Amino acid sequence: MPHDHPHGPVVDPQRLAHYQDMATAVRELLVDKGILTKSQIETKIKEMEDRGPALGARMVARAWIDSDYKARLLTDGSAAAEELGIPVDGTKLIVLENTEEVHNLVVCTLCSCYPRNILGLPPDWYKKRPYRARAVKEPRAILKEFDTIIPNSTSVRVHDSTADMRYLVLPLRPEGTDGWAEEDLTKLVCRDSMIGVRTAKEPREHF
Amino acid sequence: MKPLYPIGARVTVSDRETTGHMRTPTYIRGKTGMIERRCGSFRNPETLAYGGNGMPEQPLYRVRFLQHDIWTNYLGPPQDTVDIEIYQHWLERTV
Repeated sequence: MPHDHPHGPVVDPQRLAHYQDMATAVRELLVDKGILTKSQIETKIKEMEDRGPALGARMVARAWIDSDYKARLLTDGSAAAEELGIPVDGTKLIVLENTEEVHNLVVCTLCSCYPRNILGLPPDWYKKRPYRARAVKEPRAILKEFDTIIPNSTSVRVHDSTADMRYLVLPLRPEGTDGWAEEDLTKLVCRDSMIGVRTAKEPREHF
Repeated sequence: MKPLYPIGARVTVSDRETTGHMRTPTYIRGKTGMIERRCGSFRNPETLAYGGNGMPEQPLYRVRFLQHDIWTNYLGPPQDTVDIEIYQHWLERTV
């Protein structure tokens, strides 16, 4: 993430090595004790790696063209994801609608909670301390660094994902996309727009 | 545990000092906000993290705070907010 103050490494490499060792040890124990097999672990890792922002983009594009779906999405994000064949495995998903009055931004100040079922693995900057600390304290400065200028007449609403909910931002539909097919609309929905640090892409940026 | 707070109730986050696995960040302790929605009940992460069963389940709320009530030097406009999930045992009703 671009920002304008110098600082040292965010994670102590020695500490990271410790947790990597612990993770490996736990994995080996689970296999040795017959609780999980290696192939089960590999399958699960592949499943997680196969998930990515394209899933969230489908939900957003559908909401842009189908107001009934949008209503269901805002009422119960998890059910609306599963309706499109996107399993959420019990995740409680709250969808936050951007409007002219409110711009939503998602952070997890305590760790790196993220709607992995819908967006895949989080970007590195999302997990690092500068973003986590600054998003709740100076969200407009963060947004500016992502070239997102929110006028003072619009509220910036930060969502700190501290416990059992996960959050997905429903960005504003870009102007000039009337009559677009759903599949073309999905191409305007970038990952960062569903975290809230950017808006959806403008049509001219993509075509 | 029964949920005690309705949507719109003014609540203050307990300012207690703690160690260990808490899901209530320190920046929000002692601050007053408003219940935005109820999120259901979940096992308590503070005991769940240490091999306990997390029972009884704690009601979880999303609480909305004005940025200017959290940070004395917040630079944005007055209507900017932070919504954050807080378990009931961290909340106190504020009149």
